[in-house]
Amino acid sequence: MMLIPCPWCGPRNETEFHYGGQADVPYPAEPQELSDVEWARFLFYRANPKGLFSERWNHQAGCRRWFTVRRDTTTNEIFQDDSHEAVTR
Amino acid sequence: MPRTPGADLPDHPDWLWNSPEPKHSYDVVIVGGGGHGLATAYYLAVNHGITNMAVLESGWLAGGNMARNTTIIRSNYLWDESAGLYEHAMKLWEGLEDELDYPLLFSQRGVLNLAHSLQDVRDSKRRVGANRLNGIDAEWLDADQVAEICPILNTSEDLRYPVMGATWQPRAGIAKHDHVAWGFARALDRMGVDLVQNCQVTGFDRIGDRITGVRTTRGDIAAGKVALAAAGSTSVLTDELGLALPIQSHPLQALVSELLEPVHPTVVMSNAVHVYVSQAHKGELVLGAGIDAYNSYGQRGAFHTIERELTAAVELFPMFSRAHVLRTWAGVVDVTPDASAIMGLTPFENLYVNCGWGTGGFKATPGVGWCYAHTIAHDEPHPLNAPFNLDRFATGALVDEHGAAGVAH
Repeated sequence: MMLIPCPWCGPRNETEFHYGGQADVPYPAEPQELSDVEWARFLFYRANPKGLFSERWNHQAGCRRWFTVRRDTTTNEIFQDDSHEAVTR
Repeated sequence: MPRTPGADLPDHPDWLWNSPEPKHSYDVVIVGGGGHGLATAYYLAVNHGITNMAVLESGWLAGGNMARNTTIIRSNYLWDESAGLYEHAMKLWEGLEDELDYPLLFSQRGVLNLAHSLQDVRDSKRRVGANRLNGIDAEWLDADQVAEICPILNTSEDLRYPVMGATWQPRAGIAKHDHVAWGFARALDRMGVDLVQNCQVTGFDRIGDRITGVRTTRGDIAAGKVALAAAGSTSVLTDELGLALPIQSHPLQALVSELLEPVHPTVVMSNAVHVYVSQAHKGELVLGAGIDAYNSYGQRGAFHTIERELTAAVELFPMFSRAHVLRTWAGVVDVTPDASAIMGLTPFENLYVNCGWGTGGFKATPGVGWCYAHTIAHDEPHPLNAPFNLDRFATGALVDEHGAAGVAH
């Protein structure tokens, strides 16, 4: 069970959160301009790195707000967004 | 006489294959020495006459998901595309012990997929109909018939989610996963195929968009063709080429109890309360459920996932409340958006991909080997794996097995 740092509520158990996958995936500015391949990229393709990953979590059983952390997908070490300092394991 | 659990099993074998140094060049290099990689190499040799071939494995042979699955074999998938591939695999399973001349402990003890709601019942009956149209053995059973097949299952009406019936595939079952890998490996070694362990692929050699070899921790190896069979680690390999794939790697946990007397006659899967349970030949109860929610390459998951699956197991099998968890573990599974595999050609010449099997790759092992070998040998997909191409995510021809396959993913 990971201890996940909610920026508003502090570190809480993983069971309070809903996972949102890769962070910073913007909705296409001109969706009607996209080719099928580009639309598939937006819908179905996400980064899958072994190592640091910027990802979204929702504090579903708490403040219900979304936030971004960076987590090492091998060790589960979690870093606050835009910081290289480990805050929790 | 009390039965000693495991007494009727074959002894642990001596070495069944050599560990050669990799050569500088092969006609075909397969990346990944799990079940899929070994089966593919086997059918490349047997069906297509290719033996100047190496299977490269970063760890030890069949030590990834092949060592971590729950060994369930079935073919009762909803969609025609899946039914075709999994039923082909099932037919191969039925002859595989003879083919490999090796005991795989393939036991066709059947699988029950439980229904716990009216919607489950409707979906299950629909799937039975679809299975039958595809020539797959399937029946709808009511709760009393379920109790006849699996008396230890709680089919009373006082459950929070009572068992309202189940689909039944009698030809489904289990096999001993290690033996499957060893059987293929022994046959490959005898045909002169190099099985190279502790050999991690770190990159590719290419001329333009043509792949000419692999870079490994044991030196560069030239290859006429390179076929990926690396499951949860596939993205790490394809990232080296800038080739994006719609897969996400997750931990999938499983666990076993201590060795028990034979009590569980079949395989039971429940999508709604989400657990699947069988009993291994040796006597352990083998349990699995869904993936941990987050992306991960760590071969471990969270305890609350196990707790949830054990809650479901004890609800369905009250007698399991006295059993103990002996071991838990996790594999890294590569999940696709439509819960179906990706198998076929890539934008790179001489590079083939087989991935995205997510939580269900073991049962497909011989079918994957057969079809992937065809794809590699002919540079063209076998008709059975043609629908599982990478292009489907752009064309929209998805094979949507989410919720349709009799198990949640």
